[in-house]
Amino acid sequence: MNIEKAIWKSLNNLKTMVPILIGVLLLVNLVTVASGDIYLKLFTGNYIKDSFIGALAGSISFGIPVTSYIVGGEILKEGVSLLAVTAFILAWSTVGIAMLPLEISFLGKKFAIIRNIINFIFAIIIAGLVVWILKII
Amino acid sequence: MTIKQKIKKIPGRFKFLFLILFSYIIIFFFSQSLVSEGIEKTYLMLFNIMPMLVVVLIVMTLMNLYIDSGKIKKHFGNKSGIKGWIYSIVVGILIAGPPYILYPMLRDLKNSGMKNSLLAVFLYNRNVKIAYIPVMIYYFGLEFTIIISVAIVVFSILNGMLIGFLVKDEIIV
Repeated sequence: MNIEKAIWKSLNNLKTMVPILIGVLLLVNLVTVASGDIYLKLFTGNYIKDSFIGALAGSISFGIPVTSYIVGGEILKEGVSLLAVTAFILAWSTVGIAMLPLEISFLGKKFAIIRNIINFIFAIIIAGLVVWILKII
Repeated sequence: MTIKQKIKKIPGRFKFLFLILFSYIIIFFFSQSLVSEGIEKTYLMLFNIMPMLVVVLIVMTLMNLYIDSGKIKKHFGNKSGIKGWIYSIVVGILIAGPPYILYPMLRDLKNSGMKNSLLAVFLYNRNVKIAYIPVMIYYFGLEFTIIISVAIVVFSILNGMLIGFLVKDEIIV
């Protein structure tokens, strides 16, 4: 393949991403602006329930992982359990409900849906495991 | 051709964008500040990811030029063996940028023969981000950071195995 053909092939591939990317970013930012400090209001104080809520909140959130560390660190200071916060930061970066349309269009429906479901379950399991290991060491 | 047929012909990605834009127009009548903040944030995000998109374009072009499907199949295909898993973990940890920017490149890799299981391993290990580790240590401590990073790598393998078992490898058009 010559360079011109290679560039065109890459540009065409990227081009298909643009409408979904803009749509997803518009949607995510609208929800983010509208929700404000919603994270703190979500947690109930129940250890088990909060880990599920944490994973759910992380799944619908969006942004670079470092943002989840900052948000997670702040809600931890406010008294939310480490289990819930760990599930939250894990789901933030491994589950992408907002990005699902984009992932489906590029990597396939079955792959994207199953991968996100597994990642959601793993976020809760790993959170439990991490907190348990921290307690015993 | 009727309007219904014309709408049907519009690709799904454009329908999705139009739906979001329509939602913005509706919300504008209730809260102008919400809409303007949403647009401003989106504009800033798009502006910030531009350099990364250029990098992705360059990488994809180089891949198209120098990496053929034979090489992909060798390192990430059915016969890649344990090396394929190790490569996916290492590349997943080292590669920068949000996943959505990498999707077009990953589709190319997938269509060139990369296994679904290794794709899942690669995507999961993107959560061990060396550049962000100091921030995680600052908020959660060194022990937490080490344990969670190791857990992500270990669970990425389980993740890959499950995906490999549940999702058949196929070409994405």
